[in-house]
Amino acid sequence: MDSVGNMIIYAIAAIAIIACSILAVTTKKILRSATYLLFALLATAMFYFQMDYEFLGAVQIAVYAGGIVVLFVFAIMLTHKPGKDAEPLTSHKRWLGIGAAVAGAVVCAVALFSYGKFCCAKLLPGANFDIKEIGTALLDTDKFGYLLPFEAISILLLACIIGGVVIARRR
Amino acid sequence: MYLIPSLIMFGCGVYGFITRKNMIAILISLELMLNSVDINFVVFNRFLYPEQLDGMFFALFAIAIAAAETAVAIAIIINVYRVAKKVDISEITKLKF
Amino acid sequence: MAFDFSILVLAIPLFMFLFLGLVGVKMGKKITGVVGTIAMGVTLFICYSIALTYFFGTDQGQVVNGVRQSILAYDWNWLTFTDKLVVKLGILLDPISAMMLIVISTISFLVHLFSLGYMSDEYGKPEKGFQRYYSFLALFTFSMLGLVVATNIFQMFIFFEMVGVSSYLLIGFYYTSPAAIHASKKAFIVTRLADLFFLVGIMILSYYTDTFDFNALMASPESALSSAHGQTFMGCSVMAWALTFIFIGGAGKSAMYPLHIWLPDAMEGPTPVSALIHAATMVVAGVFLVARLFPLYVLEQGAMNIVLVVGAFTALYAAAIACVQSDIKRALAFSTISQIAYMMTALAVSSNVGEGIHEGGLGYMASMFHLFTHAMFKALLFLCAGAIIHAVHSNENSHMHGLHKYMPITSIAFLIGCLAIAGIPPFAGFFSKDEILVACYEKSPLWGVWMAIVAGMTAFYMFRIYYLIFHWKKHEVKEGHHAPHDMQWTMTLPLIILAVISCVAGLIPFGNFVTVDGKALETHTNWPVAISSVCIALVGIGLATKMYYKENKLPAQLKSKFNGLWTAAYNRFYMDELYQFITHKIIFQKVCKPIAWFDRHIIDGTMNLLADMTTSASFAIRKLQSGSIQSYVLVYFLGAILLAAVTMVIVLI
Repeated sequence: MDSVGNMIIYAIAAIAIIACSILAVTTKKILRSATYLLFALLATAMFYFQMDYEFLGAVQIAVYAGGIVVLFVFAIMLTHKPGKDAEPLTSHKRWLGIGAAVAGAVVCAVALFSYGKFCCAKLLPGANFDIKEIGTALLDTDKFGYLLPFEAISILLLACIIGGVVIARRR
Repeated sequence: MYLIPSLIMFGCGVYGFITRKNMIAILISLELMLNSVDINFVVFNRFLYPEQLDGMFFALFAIAIAAAETAVAIAIIINVYRVAKKVDISEITKLKF
Repeated sequence: MAFDFSILVLAIPLFMFLFLGLVGVKMGKKITGVVGTIAMGVTLFICYSIALTYFFGTDQGQVVNGVRQSILAYDWNWLTFTDKLVVKLGILLDPISAMMLIVISTISFLVHLFSLGYMSDEYGKPEKGFQRYYSFLALFTFSMLGLVVATNIFQMFIFFEMVGVSSYLLIGFYYTSPAAIHASKKAFIVTRLADLFFLVGIMILSYYTDTFDFNALMASPESALSSAHGQTFMGCSVMAWALTFIFIGGAGKSAMYPLHIWLPDAMEGPTPVSALIHAATMVVAGVFLVARLFPLYVLEQGAMNIVLVVGAFTALYAAAIACVQSDIKRALAFSTISQIAYMMTALAVSSNVGEGIHEGGLGYMASMFHLFTHAMFKALLFLCAGAIIHAVHSNENSHMHGLHKYMPITSIAFLIGCLAIAGIPPFAGFFSKDEILVACYEKSPLWGVWMAIVAGMTAFYMFRIYYLIFHWKKHEVKEGHHAPHDMQWTMTLPLIILAVISCVAGLIPFGNFVTVDGKALETHTNWPVAISSVCIALVGIGLATKMYYKENKLPAQLKSKFNGLWTAAYNRFYMDELYQFITHKIIFQKVCKPIAWFDRHIIDGTMNLLADMTTSASFAIRKLQSGSIQSYVLVYFLGAILLAAVTMVIVLI
């Protein structure tokens, strides 16, 4: 957190994440919820850029923001009549949700403040990885290579394509 | 520092998952949770082991899996909608049998 | 070897049992019966050739120094438990088994033939279950033949059980009738109880002698007995106990008092079955068993005296009951019991003291002789009864009367049977019975007189039955029934054959063939005994003629005079009621009820409690399985949080 510019970018991203997350789960209109999700994901991408992971940020925007959110929008369009609001929640269920969320948050916060001192430390200048190194690592087979997970993911995606087709197909 | 928004994001995800009735909204909450986890991976990698890329790869794979999972989940939701004409999770409890 | 083909004697009936049982349904009823009968005829031929070769063959050292050797035709090791404890299966031929082969195959063949007619209705249409009937008959024949050729006591036990099973199956042949079911169960349970003692006896015997084998036991009965020397139990030697237990097993099969109760009820089965199993063959298995172990019994006088007392008492007891029974098959059944008791007694009066086993073996020889002749004439009587029952459709002699005019062949055959059993010369029974009486007199005059009285009673009740069936008064043909008549040739031919055998069987010089030690035994007619026994028989017959030839008031008068005695005898001296009382009132009530209660309430209760608890617990937690994924997630999440919190608390503190 050396420069003020960085600080401002961080602040904007953090506030966007917090606000959009809260709005995404509380808004009554489902399409708006998807839109807030989009902004939260974009803000996350900003974090990644700030941490010098340009590739990951690009993937985040392309896959998450570009792919998944569009998928959501399609699904919403298919299953909802426009302009119809979500039904109001019962208070019983809301308190359960809030309780669970707060409990989780408290436990994580305790952990965070007990061990997470390093986060406040100065961001070290990381080794500036370029795309070539990432590509090599992805298809490498030595200690830090990721060929096997890469292939596994590719098979998983294939299975997903087939599964999606089979499930969504009209009988 | 980056973990605080992540924490709040995760809490929102939990809250949304438990309280929302719409299945797509539940899926959105799920995405929030996944995303916060991705942030955590990246942050831990960047601050603790800046010379390595493992956390980043984990985030990368998580994004890929999230995409796959979302695709399948949405296929299921659409199918359920086609059969039951509703996407309300509290009314679709027949699968317990 | 000359007896290689003896295995066929067992193989053919066994094969026919399986074949008729499995394929019979496909073949049609008539063909099944004919095939079964033909196969039995082949078995008959083989049995005769074996027996004749055995008795008259002179080659291959069959007769050594005038002693006919027993021949071990087959002997396979079947189960080898230890070096000493080996169970073998095989075929042993000696005088009594050869004789039994003749008896069994003859009667069995004639019964097969007779059943062709008996098991059909008037128009020759076979009954339901015809194939089953023939397959069971083949099973019985197999078991019985296996029993008599057994080489060791264990094989004998196995076949003992198998004849019990086939007897059970055949008594319960009419399985839709409750009486038949009860009778079959009764027969099975009573004989099984007796077989339990038999098994215990076998165990004791073979524990001390280290062998099951008859030949080994017979080779030196003295050493077999002395192997348990000095071992006593409750004041008697162990061997006496073993032999007594074995005798109880035989008594169960042979319906000796007090295990006789199953035999009269067993008459619920088809009549040819009664003739085959419950008159001629299976019921003499007990006699055969004692005869088989005779050299042991003769050395153990304690066991022998039990046999004597039981036999003599049963003979008188059953004869007394037979005098008043109105059901002809039951009367014949009691007559059978009485005659078998005769054979037992004859065995028991033999001794080896004085003249030695050879001369003392007169009773043994007489017993086997009587077994042979009795099988023939009792089968004859039963088959006649079957023909009569088939004609009038009833067992009660009040429905018969005066049948002589309608069924002359049956009547004459029955008369021959009666004369034979009454002991009138020259019919078969005279010779065998005479020798039994001689043997009894030799033992002691008391038993001689006793058995002579029984012989008189036998003559009386047999002629009572005869007159009540065939004379007494005119036969009343019931409405809707045609008049009874003699049966078709398949049924009359066996009667004629058996009648002829009953006439001439007594002339066989039996002593030349069947004796204890294999040496020929010269028999002389003991004239005083013979004449007195004939006189007694004639008195019995005369009495019966006086009372029952023509309808008169005399039997009714006697009945009212000795009402108590008559009722007691008619109800078989209340033995069945006694058993009923003991089993139901004492065993069931006092022993089984508490055990059943314990089983139902304590053992089952524990299990039920567990099951109930599981069920109620499941019902209680079923609500949790709501099907709502959000509640699952909530619980899961809270659990994860809890774990994390606990971990953290542990780590931080």
